[in-house]
Amino acid sequence: MAKIIGGITTSHIPAIGRAISLNIEETPYWKPFFDGYPPIRKWLGEKKPDVVVLFYNDHGLEFFLNKKPTFSIGVAPQYISADEGWGIATIPPVTGETELSWHICNTLVEDEFDITICQEMKVDHGLTVPLQLMWPGNTYGHIKVIPVCINCEQHPMPSLKRCFNLGRSIAKAIESFDKDLNVVVFGTGGLSHQLDGQRAGFINKPFDLMCMDKIVNQPEELFQYSVRDLVEQAGAQGPELNMWMGMRGVLSGKVTELHRNYHIPISNTGAGTMLLENN
Amino acid sequence: MSYLDNPTPIPGTYFFDGKMASKGYNLNKMCYTFNDKQAREEFLKDEMAYCDKFGLSDVQKQAIKNRDVIGLLEAGGNIYFLAKFTGILGLNMQDVGAIQTGMSVEDFKAMLVKAGE
Repeated sequence: MAKIIGGITTSHIPAIGRAISLNIEETPYWKPFFDGYPPIRKWLGEKKPDVVVLFYNDHGLEFFLNKKPTFSIGVAPQYISADEGWGIATIPPVTGETELSWHICNTLVEDEFDITICQEMKVDHGLTVPLQLMWPGNTYGHIKVIPVCINCEQHPMPSLKRCFNLGRSIAKAIESFDKDLNVVVFGTGGLSHQLDGQRAGFINKPFDLMCMDKIVNQPEELFQYSVRDLVEQAGAQGPELNMWMGMRGVLSGKVTELHRNYHIPISNTGAGTMLLENN
Repeated sequence: MSYLDNPTPIPGTYFFDGKMASKGYNLNKMCYTFNDKQAREEFLKDEMAYCDKFGLSDVQKQAIKNRDVIGLLEAGGNIYFLAKFTGILGLNMQDVGAIQTGMSVEDFKAMLVKAGE
């Protein structure tokens, strides 16, 4: 049976991709952020996951507002990183895991999550930057990726509870998949940031640190925050916490925090990095 | 009741909800095309002609002309699509933050650093 071995949270800010392209990870601005990753890379190297279920949001590459799914899942054999318009370098194609993807979709719809199922998906920085961070030099070729995309661009957006339960259902699917695969889950994006409006640049460190504490073993306590509360307390882009909650929902066993890093600012954002083991 | 039914505004913050999504549809549709290099080049050749191709309102066209990010948000622009417009101009998110807050880019960056202290 497939096994869920752990979860990782990471920012997916485009500027990180640019810093990697420019090879400036060791400069004073970037070092405190990139220093959060070697322990996670070491863990990935030891645990050798076969599959990544990757929660992200699409910032206007694959989905326009003509059709905007709340939850969409990739079932493709391959995903293409494409031009986003403002210059971030693309990365080599990402390999999918069609069979497990469909198994997850079957389970989700059975569980009354009416997802959008995608046989083609261009993937943006939300998915590509985390892969670059975990596997430097784009050495992710051996990993199969299942993209789970959550709407964070247009209101109404789903609640933290809903995203957690989506993760729960994905866990059920993985654990009933009849192949010996090790699966790791990424919750990407966040934490507090606001890109638009006169309040642009708003960051809330105490709120971010509280979320990082709670998500380890008391994730349900975060259900009290509505999407509006997240906008108010974590900025207009604060609802990206939904991807972390989706990830956390997939961790079905005893969860242990092995590592964390938190740094302000990366671009306009409080960047939280965590490694959670699932036993 | 939806969380969007709360009528109290959050200062300096826009909710890109159904009303804004309808209002800004043409503007955002134009910006979506900027994922494509040819579209970016066509826009730069004649900005207003490109806006007309997508049926932008006079208010939206003026805000494009003035690089008025707040004006574009108020005209229904979505920040992720607007980022594709500001990207053409060579502006990053700190530049866009500075424009919206009326700060210099240096002051805006200093404010972000301070949030971490």
